[in-house]
Amino acid sequence: MSKHPEFPQHGDHPEDNDFYVLRLYVTGASINSLRAIVNIKEICDKYIPEKYSLEIIDVYQQKSIAEQEQIIALPLLIKRFPLPEKRLIGDMSDTIKVLSGLGIAI
Amino acid sequence: MIIEPSESKPLLPSLPKACTGIKGLDEITGGGLPQGRPTLVCGSAGCGKTVFSMEFLVHGALQYNEPGVFMAFEEKTEELTVNVASLGFDLQKLQQDKLIRLDHVHLERSEIEETGEYDLDGLFIRLGHAIDSIGAKRVVLDTIESLFSGLTNQAILRAELRRLFEWLKEKKVTTIITGEKGEGTLTRQGLEEYVSDCVILLDHRVENKISTRLLRIVKYRGSVHGTNEYPFLIDEDGISVVPVTSLSLSHDVSSERIPTGVSGLDSMLGGKGFFRRSSVLVSGTAGTGKTSLAGSFANQTCLNGERCIYFAFEESPSQIIRNMMSIGIDMQNHVDKGLLRLFASRPTINGLEMHLLSITKQVLAFRPSVVILDPITNLISVGSVSEVKSVLIRLIDFLQGADITVMFTALALNDNISEQTDESISSLVDAWLLVRDIEFNGERNRGLYVMKSRGMKHSNQVREFVISNTGLDLVDVYMGRGGILTGSAREEQQLAEKTENVIRSHAVSRKDKEIERKKMVLESKIASLREEFESVRDELNKTYIEEELTREVMEQNRQEILQKRGGQQ
Repeated sequence: MSKHPEFPQHGDHPEDNDFYVLRLYVTGASINSLRAIVNIKEICDKYIPEKYSLEIIDVYQQKSIAEQEQIIALPLLIKRFPLPEKRLIGDMSDTIKVLSGLGIAI
Repeated sequence: MIIEPSESKPLLPSLPKACTGIKGLDEITGGGLPQGRPTLVCGSAGCGKTVFSMEFLVHGALQYNEPGVFMAFEEKTEELTVNVASLGFDLQKLQQDKLIRLDHVHLERSEIEETGEYDLDGLFIRLGHAIDSIGAKRVVLDTIESLFSGLTNQAILRAELRRLFEWLKEKKVTTIITGEKGEGTLTRQGLEEYVSDCVILLDHRVENKISTRLLRIVKYRGSVHGTNEYPFLIDEDGISVVPVTSLSLSHDVSSERIPTGVSGLDSMLGGKGFFRRSSVLVSGTAGTGKTSLAGSFANQTCLNGERCIYFAFEESPSQIIRNMMSIGIDMQNHVDKGLLRLFASRPTINGLEMHLLSITKQVLAFRPSVVILDPITNLISVGSVSEVKSVLIRLIDFLQGADITVMFTALALNDNISEQTDESISSLVDAWLLVRDIEFNGERNRGLYVMKSRGMKHSNQVREFVISNTGLDLVDVYMGRGGILTGSAREEQQLAEKTENVIRSHAVSRKDKEIERKKMVLESKIASLREEFESVRDELNKTYIEEELTREVMEQNRQEILQKRGGQQ
């Protein structure tokens, strides 16, 4: 698969189908947001170490992004890559669901 | 401390309201929806929720300087733009002018995995951003219940919705939340629990294959409101609700008269016609000339320079114009002059309430002084007798309140004159004319009666109602030993009377001549007798004079003799 044009920062793994491009949308420093950040980092470091990029975006800072990205529930994790795109909402505390959502086999 | 009762009620701050701009709704709600609060508009699919809320926004933006945000959970913004274009709303331009903002929320359960606690901050931020970007005062969430199909955690959703509505109140935006009607509840997800200020229920009912749209205000906190089910229309002008209810019997009466267009009928009604603002029923069997009567009333009204609307439920406008032409009434001329409007529709085109609504709509738009409904009998095919009666009562009330004279025609199926009309409205109307077939001597002729005419002296006579190519007229029927004579029998009778008159006058003149002759004979006799008398008298006079002369002469002689004698003495 060719390099995804939207994510030039991950050019070091262009051919790698196992590389995860993740974006986490949060709302400031709310409890759910903080929990989600901690949980997703933990899961990624445990199951897909070194094979992911995680961008954390505060929707409060970029309000127009909510409409562009069709955001309703937060925190929201969007798996951009590998395809298919997947959306996970919640504080990422349900590890099994997170893994199945990301398509990671345990 | 004694508090003196104050003379006038203190002016308390009343609930501020946001005008919807929807025709009629603001009257029912006493000024619109509660300002700065959420209102729930619910109803089943296709009942007009989206149109309702879109009108609220667009009117707000254009008429009341209140921009609005439309958050669509079901329709895409492009679809929505096309859909409301039929109502004449240009959403694209409104969006460019920053008066309206559309936001389509896409939520697909299959794409979403729920992994623990979450909230709907995304929605809040999105909505907040949209509101702030155009300074919105109005918000529509159509249909927020879609969230329940996209997200599974009901507990979170409910808590978040509650928070959302509180937040919208804090933002002081007037909100419409739409909801699909559920089984036994107003909305599927029980949104009415959260929105407690104002709930409006829209209904789309189909009875006997005929649809009626109805609107009801289920609750409205802090405000008086109409509680009835109000029929409403969705047409090219959007929604119109016309609160047509049975009013109190308090409208003013008029003693002004309005001519009927048939001079004979005018004279039956005290010589002047109907009372203005009254209701007139013309009933009769088929082919008795009810429509012709209605047509000539319309014609007369237009000739007097007043406006008239003619609602026809049986014939098309061109058919009526052609038919009226055959009795010398040129309706086309009145139509061209803008004095007459003809509306033809089959009664089955919509429900009774809808008919009432469309009639009131037309009447309010055209402001006629006369309204004709021809015939009301067919309305029975779309409703029961009591429904038709209720609609007609309200129609009469409405029209009389609007200073309009109304004429109904009704087909009487039974030839019995004491029979009420099918719609049993004869007790409601002010004047009732009955046109009836009189079958005699192998022909059918029309007889017209004034069954009643409230408040005026009217003829108790049956008149023969004659339709000729120059119009309508009434002639006296012949009432004789043989009963009522009409048509050719009447003419025959009239001819017979005429002949008799001629003969009689002839006989009279002959007798006169004879008398004249006798008189002449008598007079000549008198003359000859007089001659005779004169001669007799002359004869008598002659002897008398002679005697006198003789006596005189003798006297003279005697005197002379005396003198002569005395001279000698």
